[in-house]
Amino acid sequence: MEQPIFSSISVGESIPPLTIGQIDRTQLALFAGASGDHNPIHLDDDKARQGGLPGTIVHGMLNMAFLGRLLTQWVPQQQIRRFSSRFVGMAFPGDEITCLGTVASCDASAGENCVTLDLVAQNQSGEVLLKGSATICLT
Amino acid sequence: MREELIGKRYEPFTAQVDKWRLRFFARTIGETNPACFDEVAAHKAGYRSLLAPLTLPFSLAMDFDQSLLVLKDLGADLTRTVHGEQSFTRFAEIFAGDVITGQQEITDIFEKKGGALLFAVTRTRIDNQIEEHICDMDTTIVIRQQLS
Repeated sequence: MEQPIFSSISVGESIPPLTIGQIDRTQLALFAGASGDHNPIHLDDDKARQGGLPGTIVHGMLNMAFLGRLLTQWVPQQQIRRFSSRFVGMAFPGDEITCLGTVASCDASAGENCVTLDLVAQNQSGEVLLKGSATICLT
Repeated sequence: MREELIGKRYEPFTAQVDKWRLRFFARTIGETNPACFDEVAAHKAGYRSLLAPLTLPFSLAMDFDQSLLVLKDLGADLTRTVHGEQSFTRFAEIFAGDVITGQQEITDIFEKKGGALLFAVTRTRIDNQIEEHICDMDTTIVIRQQLS
């Protein structure tokens, strides 16, 4: 993996995007098992509707894991100092998710070369599901 | 509102980071980094064992029902609850074979939209068996309340 270098990064540039194939209910069931999140709103349409949702929804933390992959396909994990997201929209089975990152700022003042990225996970219609941020230190 | 819960600290939990579980988690998120699956690749990358994906520590806390404990204290129904925000402030990595300790604290509770939404914010600190501070996880849970 060719690693990004601080001096060659500029504000506004995009990092390589990550596109996830269509999410199906099997993946939600497997993620429920692997993640320990057994909330029925991700597994059972009836229960999801009882809770006022249109049907089962994708785990927010699965979408956040995709954003994590966007970061770790760009830099080794130990360079990621902070990673956050707000779950602003719901994803449903059948959705295709794309993860995007843009350089929001570059800061070398604290003795380390850090960049802050704005992150977005969106569906096939361009609706935003997650809005995030990451602080990454580069060489 | 249950403001008196702000500052409540839950009992610490201890979790073994199992290779099988780490690989299972990595596979279900579509992870492609060989260091999450193959020990030879992990060693070659300078890691002591399989590398835990970024968000695995949240699941290690889920195993010990950390969010459910908060919901129980709030008297909230799981199907009316969504995850609002999540952050990881990171200091070190987790590897297979590690034994991590976590402790959750409620850091804020507030309402919005005239009480229609209740927000609970917690911080969970994760340390490992060699007393490295791994990360702090801040979680915001949003509960849609039925107004009477």
